[in-house]
Amino acid sequence: MPESASPLRCTALHILHQELGGRMVPFAGWSMPVQYPTGVAAEHLHCRAAASLFDVSHMAQLSLRSADGTHAVLAALESVIPADLIGLAPFQQRYGLLTTQSGGIRDDCMVTRRDSDVFMVVNASNAEADIDYLRAALPPSIAITPLADQSLVALQGPLAVSAIRSLDPAVDSLIFMTGEFLSLDGIDCFTTRSGYTGEDGFEISVPTNSAEHLARFLLNIANVAPAGLGARDTLRLEAGLCLHGHDISLDTSPIEAALTWAIPKVRRAGGERAGCYPGAEIIEHQLTSGPTRRRVGLTSDERVPVREGATIVNHHGVQVGRVTSGTVTPTLGRPIAMAYLDTELATASAAAPTKGSVFAEVRGKQVLMAITTMPFVPHKYVRRPSVRTPTTSTSPDSEQS
Amino acid sequence: MTTYFTPEHEWITIDEAGNATVGITDHAQEALGDVVFVDFPTVGFAIDAGGNAGVVESVKAVSDIYCPVAGTVTEVNDALSTDPTTVNSDPQGAGWFFKLSGVDPSALDGMMDEAAYTTYLTTLP
Repeated sequence: MPESASPLRCTALHILHQELGGRMVPFAGWSMPVQYPTGVAAEHLHCRAAASLFDVSHMAQLSLRSADGTHAVLAALESVIPADLIGLAPFQQRYGLLTTQSGGIRDDCMVTRRDSDVFMVVNASNAEADIDYLRAALPPSIAITPLADQSLVALQGPLAVSAIRSLDPAVDSLIFMTGEFLSLDGIDCFTTRSGYTGEDGFEISVPTNSAEHLARFLLNIANVAPAGLGARDTLRLEAGLCLHGHDISLDTSPIEAALTWAIPKVRRAGGERAGCYPGAEIIEHQLTSGPTRRRVGLTSDERVPVREGATIVNHHGVQVGRVTSGTVTPTLGRPIAMAYLDTELATASAAAPTKGSVFAEVRGKQVLMAITTMPFVPHKYVRRPSVRTPTTSTSPDSEQS
Repeated sequence: MTTYFTPEHEWITIDEAGNATVGITDHAQEALGDVVFVDFPTVGFAIDAGGNAGVVESVKAVSDIYCPVAGTVTEVNDALSTDPTTVNSDPQGAGWFFKLSGVDPSALDGMMDEAAYTTYLTTLP
């Protein structure tokens, strides 16, 4: 990725990252830890087994307000995001896609309805463009404020809830994709039970001047360890979650990306608030007639990593797709990848999930890969309220909300 | 046997008969992180000095391996196919990559010894 000449921005946890031995790399204009001395694999496994703290302050947090209340903000957002946002209950959160006129994906985001504003989190690499776009696309009555004085950390993993509970028992009122203001060591933090690892966990919006204090406090809790962007990437890939700029982009539609679930019935043809978002006609057409390619998961019994950009060919050597993300997963110890495949192959495999296979080309060699459904490891989202022991439910698909 | 080092962070040892062993340095494995795959050169192939001699991959990075000297590949470390993490745990021992025959010992002239390589590492950013 080409880096601009402008100096990298540092998060509030920069000194802590250095103290922990984090290997700092440029990412979307920020200096971020890609890993700590434990390494990507150990950090990945720790998150699946215990609780990991990620600095995700590079992502942009926005507050959207209207004098007419949050309903007006959500109604306006529905003109740029084909999700059911008006239907959000107070403090409920939803995953959304900002679509383009040509049916592509400008960015993906999280939208949460709060008491007096709507809280949005967008990707770091698109933040500036998103803010400009939203200011132009939404009516002037909607005030869009980047929350410049808020940092964002994620605590993810099966033991995340007990760590947060030791600070504020009110955490037990949260289920997956809801948020609440919690008092964490006396710091007022807007906390959502969500994340991007496939695990139960939290994303915590904390005032920047208290962020380092909170991070140190969380890291002092038993079983909590820091994890970098490297582990975040392998975790989200295992969870079948898309990375914008790679698995989804301006050139991929939500239907091609197999994110149809993010467009609920109410926004589809025949629905109460159908269409009326950028690219609606193209996306509706793909919904009814099917796209020409679709995002699928690939796994292999071989050991060679199959990475982004690898060409996928069928048994006759004809190109049928391309890999958009790939790694060797620390949990499964084998290559996994996301790829766009010609629909015929992608659909046939969905009907007979174990039968479809293709070859990925790696340095002139062909690696046999099976076409599979995602996630590669089951999600562990907590969808029902619990008191002491969290009831974890595993979802068979990549549905997030 | 003296171990020599390249600026690309490979190490090489050679015996009097011109048989050499090649691997990557501790600094290289540290920079790569968790190694998940090693792609070896083909046994029996002759490789020029500086020629491509495979690939080492970590979770995040792919790095080419260059042959420090000309020679013919006689053996590759198949144990790394089942446990590539040996490259991390013992890069200059059990984590060797491949062996060469027919190496001209004078090819090592001017290469860094351990002291020179250690000094070289301090000059890196």
